[in-house]
Parts: sequence; C-alpha cells; structure tokens
Amino acid sequence: MKKIFALVLALLLAMGACAAFAEDAIIIGISGPLTGPYAMYGLGVVHGAEIAIEEVNALGGIQFALTYEDDEGDPEKAVNAYNKMLDDGAALMASTVTSGACAAVAAEAYNDRVFMLTPSASSPTVTEDRDNVFQVCFTDPGQGAASAQYIVENKLASKVAVIYNNGLDYSTGIYQTFSEKANELGLEIVSVTTFSSDDNADFSVQLTEAKNAGADLVFLPIYYTPASMILKQAKGMDFAPIFFGVDGMDGILSIEGFDTSLAEGVYLLTAFSADAADEKTQSFVKKYVELYGEIPNQFAADAYDAIYALYEACNVAGVTAEIANEMDGFAPVCEMLIPVMTEITVEGITGTMSWQATGEVTKTPTAVIIENGAYVGAK
Amino acid sequence: MKRKYKLFIGNLITYLIVIAAFVVCQSMIENGEMSRSMRGQMVPICCYVVMAISLNLTVGISGELSLGHAGFMSIGAFTGITGSAWLLARFNIDDKIIRLLLSLVVGGAFAGFAGFLIGIPVLRLRGDYLAIVTLAFGEIIRNILNCLYVSLDGPSLNIAFNSADIPGKMLIKGPTGATGNPKLATFAVGFGLVLFTLFVVLNLKNSRAGRAIMAGRDNRIAAESMGINVTKYKMIAFVTSAVLAGMAGALYGANFSSFAASKFKFDTSILILVFVVLGGIGSIRGSVIAAIVLTLLPELLREFDDYRMLVYAVVLIVMMLLTNSPFVKMIAQRITGVFKKTEKEDGANA
Amino acid sequence: MITFLSHVIKGVNLGSVYAVIALGYTMVYGVAKMLNFAHGDVIMVGAYVAFCIMYYLGINPVIGILGAVIACTILGMLIERLAYKPLRQATSLAVLITAIGMSYFLQNMAQLIWSSNPKSFPSILSDSPIVLYEKGAQQLTMTPINILTIISCIVIMIALTLFINKTKIGKAMRCVSEDKGAAELMGINVNLTISITFAIGSALAAIAGVLLCSSGYANLSPTTGSMPGIKAFTAAVFGGIGSIPGAMLGGILLGLIEILGKAYVSNELADAFVFAVLIVVLLVKPTGLLGKKVHEKV
Repeated sequence: MKKIFALVLALLLAMGACAAFAEDAIIIGISGPLTGPYAMYGLGVVHGAEIAIEEVNALGGIQFALTYEDDEGDPEKAVNAYNKMLDDGAALMASTVTSGACAAVAAEAYNDRVFMLTPSASSPTVTEDRDNVFQVCFTDPGQGAASAQYIVENKLASKVAVIYNNGLDYSTGIYQTFSEKANELGLEIVSVTTFSSDDNADFSVQLTEAKNAGADLVFLPIYYTPASMILKQAKGMDFAPIFFGVDGMDGILSIEGFDTSLAEGVYLLTAFSADAADEKTQSFVKKYVELYGEIPNQFAADAYDAIYALYEACNVAGVTAEIANEMDGFAPVCEMLIPVMTEITVEGITGTMSWQATGEVTKTPTAVIIENGAYVGAK
Repeated sequence: MKRKYKLFIGNLITYLIVIAAFVVCQSMIENGEMSRSMRGQMVPICCYVVMAISLNLTVGISGELSLGHAGFMSIGAFTGITGSAWLLARFNIDDKIIRLLLSLVVGGAFAGFAGFLIGIPVLRLRGDYLAIVTLAFGEIIRNILNCLYVSLDGPSLNIAFNSADIPGKMLIKGPTGATGNPKLATFAVGFGLVLFTLFVVLNLKNSRAGRAIMAGRDNRIAAESMGINVTKYKMIAFVTSAVLAGMAGALYGANFSSFAASKFKFDTSILILVFVVLGGIGSIRGSVIAAIVLTLLPELLREFDDYRMLVYAVVLIVMMLLTNSPFVKMIAQRITGVFKKTEKEDGANA
Repeated sequence: MITFLSHVIKGVNLGSVYAVIALGYTMVYGVAKMLNFAHGDVIMVGAYVAFCIMYYLGINPVIGILGAVIACTILGMLIERLAYKPLRQATSLAVLITAIGMSYFLQNMAQLIWSSNPKSFPSILSDSPIVLYEKGAQQLTMTPINILTIISCIVIMIALTLFINKTKIGKAMRCVSEDKGAAELMGINVNLTISITFAIGSALAAIAGVLLCSSGYANLSPTTGSMPGIKAFTAAVFGGIGSIPGAMLGGILLGLIEILGKAYVSNELADAFVFAVLIVVLLVKPTGLLGKKVHEKV
C-alpha cells in the first residue's frame, strides 16, 4: 500500500512539475553528461554556454535563458532529458553533448521539428538526413583527413602508428578517414591498435607494438585523458616518437597533477587553444577560470560559440521570444532558423564558422605544438 | 481450495493494477494531460517492468542470482532491430505493428537460444560462483556485440566481425551500436508485452513445473530425492527468463533511434536486480511496482540538479535499511499483528 | 622473446594491483559473507586523499599514502557501521544492493568534492625505466614503480597470512568466518571482528588506489575504482573467494591473462577472453583455484 501511495505521489509530482522562466527570453536547452565518467564534457558545455548567455544578454538584444539536464551520456536518459526540457519551455537545443545520445535525440527532434545545434557531437550520424541538426565542432572525417595531410606536407614522419578508441564513434571516425587519406598520400601506417573505452588502463601492449614496428610518429585520435596515460606509459618504456593528436587532445595541459614535460613536442590539430592571444579567447578563459576554477576545454569553447551562433541566427531570422514562447513555439522557430543557418558566418573563439545544408560546419583547424608547457602555433 | 482462491485473488489484483495503470496513462495521453517527459518514458518503463519480472523468475522463483541479465536484453535489442529491418527489405512487410511483433519474436528467440547455451554451464554451479559466471557471460556478450557489424544490402544481410567493410546500409556498427532505427514501439504494444510476461510467469509459477522449480530452490537435495530433475526445471526457468528479457530488449531497441552495446553493461544488470530485490524477491507485483518507481525516480529527482544521483543513492540505501532492518520489521509485524487479531475477532463474532 | 617477457612483466604488475584489491574483497567475504561492491570506490577515495596530500599540500608521498590509509580505514569502518551492520540478519541480496547504493553514493560524493575532471596522479617514484636486459634495439625494461608494486603486493600477502594465522584477532577472524554463532558463544566479539576486517580491507584498498594510479594505469576520476573493482572481484572468485593466497594467485593470473590476451589473442576481445578463462576454470574447479570445497549436508 505504501508503495502504491509512493507511486501515485511520484506520478503527481511528475505531471505537476513546470518550471518558470522569464517570459521575454528564448529558452535554450542543453543536455549532457553531468555525472558519471563523461561528466567533464557535459559540465564544460554547460559552463561555456552559461558564460556566453550572460554576455549575449548584456548586449541588450534578444534575451536567452538556459535550462540544462543531465543525461549521463546515455541515449535513453538523453531522450528523457530532451522531453523534460521541452516541457520546461525550451525552444532551441544547444545539445546533445555526446554523439550516441545526440543521434537518439536528433531522431526525436527531427520528428518534433526542434532546432538543434550541437556543440560537440561530431559523428556524421548525428546530422545524416536531418535538416534541423547542425554541428559546431569539426566532423570526425574532416579532422582525420586534415591530420594526414598535415603530417605529409610537413614531412613529420614516414612510419606512423595509430592508437585509437574503438569504443568511441569520434575516435573510430577520425581513424578511418585518416587511414584513407594516408594511403592516398603514401604515408605508411605500420601499426594500428585499439582500446575500448571501458578499460583505458594499460597501454603497454599497444605501445610495444608501435615501438617494435619502428614508428616515428604515433597518431592519437582520442581524448586527452587516455592520451595523458599513453604519454606517461611511453615514458616508462623509453619510447619517444612524435605524438600527434586532434581536438580531443586539447586540455591535456590542464589536467591537475599532469607532468607537462611529458607532453613536450606533442602536436595537435585543434580549433581552440586556451592560450591563444586573441582578446575574445582571453576574456573567455579569464571569466571561466574566475567562475569555475579551471581552464576551459574544447567542449566549453564549442558551447560558447554555439550560443553566439544561435544568437546570430535568431537575429537574422527575426526569431523573438514571443514566437518561441507560444505553445509548441519550437516548431516555427525551427523552420525560421533552418534556411538562415547556411547563410550566417560567425567569428568565434574556435575560428570563423559557416554551415552547409548538411549540418556540417566549415572552419579551419590549426596545428599547435606544445613547447615549455604551453601551446605554440606550429607553422 | 482456499489456497487456490487466495492465489487467484492475488493474481487478479496484480493484473488489475497493471490494467488500471495502463487505462489511466492512456487516457491521460489522449487528453493531452501528460507531460512530454512522462509520455517519452512509457515504453522504457514497460521494458524495465518486463526485465524485472523475468529476472524475478530467475532470482526469486528459481533462486539463482544472475548478474548478467542485461546481456539477454542486448541480444534481443540487436537481433530485434536487425530482424525488423530485414523483414521490411525481404518481404516488404511495412505494417509497423506486425514488424514490431515479429521483431519481439526474433529478439525473444535469439535471447532464448543464448540463454539455453549459457544455461548449460551456468546451472552446474552454485551460489556466488554462479553469480560471477552470469556476470562473465554478460560481459562477454557485450564485448562480442561491440565487435559486430551488420549491414543490409538489398534483401540480404551481411555480418562481419571486427570490420566495417561490408556493403549496404549499416544497421549495427560495432561500438557505435545501432543507429537510425525506425521508432516502431508504442505504449500499447509495451503494455501488451507486460501482460504477456505476467501471464507467462504467473502461470509458470503456479503450475506443476513452477512448484518443481521452487522445490529445487528451497532444498535441492530433497527435491532431487523426490525424483525431480532439478537441472531441467532450472533450465526451463532460465530460458523462459532469457526469452522474456530478449523481448523486452527488442521493444527497447524499437523505441530508440540509437543505442550501443555499452548501454547493456554490468550497471544495467544491477539496476534490474535492484528492482527485484527492492520489490521483494519472488513477489511479481513488487517487481512491477519497484521497476516503475525506480525508473521514474531519477527523472523526478531532476529538481535536485547536481545532487540528483547522490539523493538517488541515499534513497536506495535508506529504502534497503528500512525494508530489511530487524527493528523496522518488528514494528511492521506488530502493526500487521494487530490487524490479524481484529480479523480473527471479527471472524469469531460472525 | 623480449617482447613476450616485457608483456609478462606488465601483466604481473597489473596483476599485483588486482591482487591487493582482491585481498580486500576476499577478506570481507570470508568474514562477513557479503560482496562489498563499494570496495572499488574506497580505492578511488584513497587515491584522491593521497593526491590531495601530495599535490595540493606538496607533502612527501609516504605521508600521502599514510594519510590515504588512515582515511580509508575510517571510511571503511564507517560504511560498515552505518550501512551494513543494521543488515547483519538480512538476506545477502539485500546487503548486496545496499553495497551498490553505497558505491553510487561514494562516486557522486567524490564528484561533488573533487569535480569530474580527471587528475593525473603524480609519480611517487621516478618514471625513467631501468634496463634489465638489452639485445640490439630491443630492451627489457621495468620502472621503479613496477618493482615497488610487485614487492608491496608480496609483502602485503605475507604479512596478512601471518596476521590471520598467528595473532589473536586473526584467529577470531577465522573463527567468525567458520561459524558466527559459535564464535559468539566462545566469547568472540563478532561485531568488532567484522569492523576490524573492514578496516584492514579498506586500508589495503587505499594502498591499491595509490599503486593503481601511480603506475599510470588510471587517471584519477570518480569512476576510477569501478572497473578495477569488478576485475578484482573476478580475480577473488577465480582464486577461490575467502582464500588469501587464492586472491593473490587469482589477481596475478588475471593481470597476466589480460595483458597476454590483449597482445596475442585480440585487443578488442581481451575482456571477453579474461571472462572466458574464468568460466572454464570455474567449470573444472567450481569453487575457484584454491577455494575450499564445502560439502552439502542434508
């Protein structure tokens, strides 16, 4: 009886819950992993978006409000979070953070006609066949090809080993186009090894294979956490090739306790670096450190740019809070924004961005090299 | 005679609760009174209810602690979506309901077959050793599905292991999982599956086979000396449980446009075990209620923001302490004791 | 050959870490007859405490490890007192679920305190490898931390075996693990004995946490302990749960199988391979490698 009572109470609570937001603001929804193993990515996105929204609102034009929910990086919970945010009056989605969850939410959003601009879900499956979903980050294939191109053009190495995470769409996607491009350009890949996200504990087997194959460059299309362990373990076995990472590698210098001398000479191809000299980046990094006590990563920067892109798009399309806050206002907002997205150009802290109708972003990655514990632009 | 009557009433109450819940929810959906986030959770709740009931068959009725139940769910999910895509391509069946029902059958069949294969070694072991072997099988299934690539090239299915080089439209892409699945699942079919599961499990429990299964649980040696083939009956329970879990998985797969093998890891098996234990081991009605409440709970706790999962953990621990500590039990017994007494007195007066 | 040997060294090293964690599982199981699923998360807390002392306060690693051991000992006893003791009479499943709740609690608490950003554990010894053998371009190397891990694992096992067999508390533990009721009748304080078992198990977890993170096998994050926890649990069952030499043997074998399976069988299926070996072993020896066979009484 007690259980039934609890259930009824639970149901009532769920139905009665309704959030109150300022009537004159367009509500933007973000769902991402805020707890669990991927929490740093979700939190980065939410924090970056919070800073951007505050700045945008200070401009005095269109006002934004943020609602965000935890999805633990899980498709099922992401769909729950998405529905919850629509209940709370969200008219736009600047989410979802992780690719797998984003693909599930994008399918729902396509049917419901909700506009989505994902800061960080980089897999092509997210935007495939969906006109309402756009990305701020590079797509995986784009990065892989650009990396191979860069290595060959600058004659960094002749024998390349790859270690990638076959449990991640992101990593697998970059590897596949990297190997295609490398074959085309005559770059020899001598060793390919993988790990799955669950046991990113020991890399000795992968590193030994790369070492024995005589690789002089190891390409790491992975996130910075496993990368930092690879660097540490490579040092422990006296293996010192050039390490080459992509945008997921950014953030490696801000890991607390990480011995930055290990990362000396590491190349990475990225759009954002927290040490960039331009004014926008510096003010963003300064605010971020003040508010959250840590250096922002790629995810935070992409989210920051996503909000500015939404601001620009809303301005051009003439989306107002009145339209957005009507009953099911997300549908007209979506139809207004879709044609505009391919026309706007946004100067962000991750580069100058414009969008194609497929949802893919166009921006140029730049190569940086780590010297004396700081990112320096490589030629 | 009286026992049978009591049993009938007990089962009837279980069915009635489920049907009443369905009617209430369905009418709320039709009148547009239900929030989007509740509506979105109806089908997953049905999946978890079926999972909890089927695990209760293994843990509660057959008495074997299984820590790999999500493995069967994943087999059902992956074979289910493959089956429904293939049926569309091969036989041009495009009625959604028929495709969904057939994918439930496919998912259930494959999971049942896997359950049979796994059951052969597993049921030779006892206690915690059996538990860890089910955990091991759950992890092995997940690891293998992580390397599985399936594509649909016209009407023919291509299956590859650890390589994405197969022609046609990819259905399952290794660690990325299944993406771009059509959303076939509906609340009505989910409800139908719950009723079907209840029907199967309650009937099995109260049949001759069910009594044999429970005899094997209570005292294996005594049961064997009565001439019951305990292993055979445990196998019946294990395979039935796997089939139902496979069907729940197929329903789950038909509800999400993307899911990956990593969803069905150890944590999910444990989550379902929590439903069973909290609902009361062996109590089917308890499993249903616990599955519903605990699936909704993390969503309701969204108000707590950062503290959400912390509160969830505390609620879990406190609930376990309250339902199991001798002190609370004593109080509960006293209260029920009072009721029983009055009942008796009533009987005497009449 | 050299490659094979270097894989063996890595395997033994990883296995030693598993063994130290498995010792905690096995002791608690032996005495309290419960699967303490929160054990993996105690490892994580231990590593965080050591990290804070070493990195934020800049104090010597030895003090860091000591601090972690003390903190985890207290935490272990606290968990036992608050969450498990009220359930002494309950079914083992109820205790299992409470332990899982405790594991969620510790993970989320750690995230609130230390944030979810991973931290890189500072090396407690030098990182540079020692060359054991050299032939042409191929080298057989070991780092000082590898050596420390393996030695401390052996020392811990010997000390624990002596403790269980020679001291009075050890005797009480064996007694409680045999028969709780009889032990109580003989004047043994069962609650205290179980408390001490948890304290020792958690202290070992703290050491395991430091070894795990400083060997570079894991970055420090709130979920650091969960996968090693499950693997170590598997190791404990593998060796025969309740048996101390069994946990040691199981841990080292599991580490070896994992690394060699990764190197020579399949990288993607390394985990499946580990679990498959476990299943085969349990089918041949249903109570693990060194487990005692319990005869069923009618």
